[in-house]
Amino acid sequence: MDVNKMKEMIGFMDPEGRVDEEVFKGIPEELIHRMYRLMIFTRLCNNKALSLQRQGRVGTLASVRGQEAANVGVGLAMEPGDWFLPSFREYGAQFARGVKAIDLFTYWSGDERGIKPPENSRVLPICITVGSHLCHAVGIAMQARIRDEKIAVLSSSGDGSTSQGDFHEALNFAAVYKLPVVFAIQNNGWAISVPFGKQTATETISQKAAAYDIDGARVDGNDVFAVYLTVKRLLDAARNDHRPALIELVTYRMDDHTTADDASRYRKREEVEAWIEKDPIDRLRKFLSRKYGWDEKKEEELQAALTQEVEETVAAFEAESPPEPTDIFNYMYSEEPWHIREQRDEVKRTVGESSR
Amino acid sequence: MARLSMVEAINAALREKMAADDRVVILGEDVGVDGGVFRATVGLLDQFGPWRVIDTPLAENCIVGSAVGMAISGLRPVAEIQFEGFMFKGFDHIYSHASRMLRRSQGVYNVPLVVRAPYGAGVRALEHHSDAPEALFCHVPGLKVVIPSTPYDAKGLLISSIEDPDPVIFLEPKRLYRLFKEEVPDGEYRVPLGEARIVREGNDLSIITYGGMVSVCERAAQHLSEEGVDVEIVDLRTVWPFDAEAITSSVSKTGRATIVHEAPRSFGVGAEIAATIAERWGLSLLAPIKRVTGYDVIPPLAKLEEYNYPTADRVIRAVHETMQF
Repeated sequence: MDVNKMKEMIGFMDPEGRVDEEVFKGIPEELIHRMYRLMIFTRLCNNKALSLQRQGRVGTLASVRGQEAANVGVGLAMEPGDWFLPSFREYGAQFARGVKAIDLFTYWSGDERGIKPPENSRVLPICITVGSHLCHAVGIAMQARIRDEKIAVLSSSGDGSTSQGDFHEALNFAAVYKLPVVFAIQNNGWAISVPFGKQTATETISQKAAAYDIDGARVDGNDVFAVYLTVKRLLDAARNDHRPALIELVTYRMDDHTTADDASRYRKREEVEAWIEKDPIDRLRKFLSRKYGWDEKKEEELQAALTQEVEETVAAFEAESPPEPTDIFNYMYSEEPWHIREQRDEVKRTVGESSR
Repeated sequence: MARLSMVEAINAALREKMAADDRVVILGEDVGVDGGVFRATVGLLDQFGPWRVIDTPLAENCIVGSAVGMAISGLRPVAEIQFEGFMFKGFDHIYSHASRMLRRSQGVYNVPLVVRAPYGAGVRALEHHSDAPEALFCHVPGLKVVIPSTPYDAKGLLISSIEDPDPVIFLEPKRLYRLFKEEVPDGEYRVPLGEARIVREGNDLSIITYGGMVSVCERAAQHLSEEGVDVEIVDLRTVWPFDAEAITSSVSKTGRATIVHEAPRSFGVGAEIAATIAERWGLSLLAPIKRVTGYDVIPPLAKLEEYNYPTADRVIRAVHETMQF
């Protein structure tokens, strides 16, 4: 258990898109294009949602701009049988695991039907209470051990979650029972207004793994290859050898915490601009042009196609029928007890009366 | 058929459900090698092994949180919290996740979880070991709350709770764990959730109660019958969602109601029962509803605890006042 090694930043692609050829062999070209496509699609959806929010067409949401590589790399590293427990800034990873973009718009608009995960996807609804789902991930991983199922579980959460008791308890349980679980931490530098340096006194998050005697890794979160390959390696070790792991993905939240936040109150413009220079999408584009002759024409075609996909998604979302008032009683219990039935009838009756 | 105490009946329910259904697992502090501090899980580790009877690190939050994960992924976990006073470290996972996952996944993930805990006063215990927090759980949308009063019911209710598709908080009155034994059938049987039991029929006044107070009320009723007051006792068994039908049909017969629980009075389960009676039957009452409860105080230590929880004398006094109204 080498703490210094845990603190080392793993990176395979430099800011100019140059890669370590040896490491990079494991990623087929088709997958790289998929990564790029998903990262752009994530940003376009995100930016469209921000624009709809300003027009009052959807409600509050958390922007993921800047974290697309950390998102998509994590999402694509999982196997279909693996469980994924996302936090609330994980759209790219959710898309990679089959969540439909239209559902996110539906959810952002304040319609709970949009939070429903795809059936049999092994994807959980996003976790809003920070860090709770790390304990749920532990329980699912215990289930896998109990049933001797060869799968892994991955939770993803932000740097703020590492201050919660849930984080420490979850890592401890995972270590004690040798569970097939990987805790991915999207260290985007800020938990609303609190910078990483005030969240913890340790230099890195990854080194905390040493305290529990599990594997720890620190990765350049804007390098999609490093994210993908490292998460995949740790998931394989979890699945095959019951080795739990903590992985820190160093990235940056380029926008406000949510549309209800104003980050100019607590951080400097220069800091944001420096990170915009390290944009993960630009970096992968540079790689693509270097390696596969990606040019402006291809870029324009892809942008146009994905923009159209987003526009069609939004059109379909806006054409959805509104939820029924009595939907508030749905899924409270598997079998509806008398008090919910009575209250459902009350709403049915009174809404009926008011519309007369 | 054997004569079992409540704690033995709980052990039998766990053993039989675990044998019948390999999705049922137990986790908690000291539940394995030690068999639980009250011995509710004694012998289960030997029979089912350490992956089904799981001694956990000392962290109630992650005991409940990981049990939520197990339940989501297809197991039927029974999480033991060693004492009810320690449930609050796990309360976040009960309140924010166990009770909401069905809704938050729009029906994709249900949470068939049972959280068991020894509950209530009357055993001269330490601080944080004599609380009655059931109303806090009843107030959480999506939960069911069960408190048995007999060994027979404890086994049948626990089996129903484990089989229930949704989260159940199962509180076990410590004072009843070894208070008496009764005939408990071998094998699986079910006491359905949401159905009260008429402990004793009567025509003059309905006592609505549950858990550790049922036997207290039975003693009071015995005394009252010698005076010629004919009391009916309704044991809720499922505290929430309670059997409103049984409550109102009893009160509609007697016209008088006394509610007895050991939990603090204000905003307690008794308030909800009284409101339910008032809304459905209020104008037909022959006397105001009375509550005999624990006071709105922190549960006192041994030397004073008998002044807090209801005794047969307090129940008798309340019934006298109601009858004389």
